[in-house]
Amino acid sequence: MNVPKHWREIPERYRMEAGKCTKCTKILFPARLVCPFCGNKEFDKINLSGKGKLLTYTIIRTAPEGFEDFTPYAIGIVELKEGVKVMGQITDCNTETLKTGDQLVAKFRRMNEEGKTGMIMYSYKFVPDLGI
Amino acid sequence: MVGIIGYGTQIPRYRIKVEEIAKVWGADASAIRRGLNLNEKSVPAPDEDCATLSVNAARDALKRAGIDPKKIGAVYVGSESHPYAVKPTGTIVAEALGICPDVHTADLEFACKAGTEGMFIALQLVKSGAVSCALAIGADTSQGAPGDALEYSASAGAAAFIMGSENLVAELLETDCYMTDTPDFWRRENAHYPEHGGRFTGDPAYKKHVTGAVMAILERTATKPEDFDYLVFHQPNGKFPVQMAKKLGFKEPQYRYGLLTPTLGNTYSGSSPMGLAATLDEAKPEQTILLVSYGSGAGSDAFIFRTTERLLEVHNQAPKVRKQLDEHKFYLEYGSYAKFRRKILKPE
Repeated sequence: MNVPKHWREIPERYRMEAGKCTKCTKILFPARLVCPFCGNKEFDKINLSGKGKLLTYTIIRTAPEGFEDFTPYAIGIVELKEGVKVMGQITDCNTETLKTGDQLVAKFRRMNEEGKTGMIMYSYKFVPDLGI
Repeated sequence: MVGIIGYGTQIPRYRIKVEEIAKVWGADASAIRRGLNLNEKSVPAPDEDCATLSVNAARDALKRAGIDPKKIGAVYVGSESHPYAVKPTGTIVAEALGICPDVHTADLEFACKAGTEGMFIALQLVKSGAVSCALAIGADTSQGAPGDALEYSASAGAAAFIMGSENLVAELLETDCYMTDTPDFWRRENAHYPEHGGRFTGDPAYKKHVTGAVMAILERTATKPEDFDYLVFHQPNGKFPVQMAKKLGFKEPQYRYGLLTPTLGNTYSGSSPMGLAATLDEAKPEQTILLVSYGSGAGSDAFIFRTTERLLEVHNQAPKVRKQLDEHKFYLEYGSYAKFRRKILKPE
C-alpha cells in the first residue's frame, strides 16, 4: 500500500468512520459518495462501535508479504452492532478455539509496514471482547 | 481547580515468566525473583507498539472523561519507543481519537519519566487556560538487550490521562520536580538497546532523585508520609520502590495498589502512570495520592492528587488495571518472545 492510499483511508482505518445516508439511513462502511440503496449523496459521519460477532472466518497459515510474522492468524467477517459487516484480521486470539458467534471488539493495531525503513500502517483489528 | 477527568490503560495479553528468560541464559531465576521482586512481564504482540497502546489506553480515558474528543487541545505522548525516529506518535494518536486538526501535539522522551512529563505539561496548560482539556500518555514497548538484566523487566503498556478543570476524578494539589545530569542509563542514536551503569542506577540515580522529589514536595506542602492514603513510585523493578518507600517512612498499604512491576515488569514511560491508574481504580473519594516518577538522565516529577466523588462513577466505565493485568493472559516461550520482539535476524 502506498502512502497516499493509506493516508486517504485514515478515517475508516483509524476511527472506523462510516457514512449514514440522510435519506434511507443505511450505514455505509467505508463511506461512499453515493448511496447504493437510494442514490442519495448526503451522509452523516458516524464512528462505528467496533463491537460485534464473528460471522465467518478462515485461518491463514501461508501469509502474503508483510504478514508472515503473524501466522497462523484469522481473517473474518464481523457483523457490528450497527448491522454493518466488516472484514478484518482477528488478533490476540487462540486460532484453535475461535468460533463463529464469538463476540469481538475492534482495537487499534499495526497492520503492516513498508520494510524496516518505510511507513508503518495502522488500522483496526478485531480481538475477543473480554472486557480488558 | 485542575486535575484528571479521565484515565485508561492498555496492557498486552502476552507474558513471559522470569524462569523462561533465565533458562535461556543459564541464570538463577529464583535469585532474580527474590533480588528484583519480579515474576513475569508483559510482552507486546507483533502488531502492538507505542502508538497502538497509546490509542487503546486513550480511548478508555475518553470513556471515563465522557467528553467530546474535540475538546482536547493538546496531546503529549511520552515514550522511549516511539515507532518512528522522525514522525510524531502524537499525530497518530490524535487522528485515531478524532481530535485533529485543532490540537497541539508533541512526543516527549526522558527515559522512564516521559509519561509524567506529559502529565505535568498537560496539567499546567489547563491551569494556564491555554486549553480546556489535554491528553497525556506514558507508553512503551521497552527495550532490554538479550541476556541483560533489563530483559527480565523491560515490558509494555500504556496509561492515558485526560486533564481538565471540570468534572474531575482527581484534583491536582501540588507538583514538584528534581533534576540533575546523571548518566545512569541511555540509548544512543541507532542503537537497538539501552546501556546502563549497573549498580550506579541505584543510589546516585533512582534513589537520590526520588528522595529529592519526595522531600521537596513534602516540604512545599508541609506534609508527612503518613498524610497520604496512597503512594506510587516509578518501578524499574519490584525492589527499588519498596526499599525507597520504607526508607522514606511509607507503609505497605500505601503502595500496595500502585506496585505493579512484580507481574507487569517495567513499562518505562508507562510505569508510574500505570501505578497511578491502578491506585485510582481502588481509591475512594477524598483520598490523597503521592505520585513520584523517575527517568534516567535523570529526574523525578512529583504530584499530589486528591480524589473526588466522581471517581466512583467512572471506575467501571473502562477496564481496571488489575483486570487487564491478571486475566486472559497468554504465556510465551522464549522463542516466540524473541520473534515477537524482533530479536531474531532474518534475511532481508
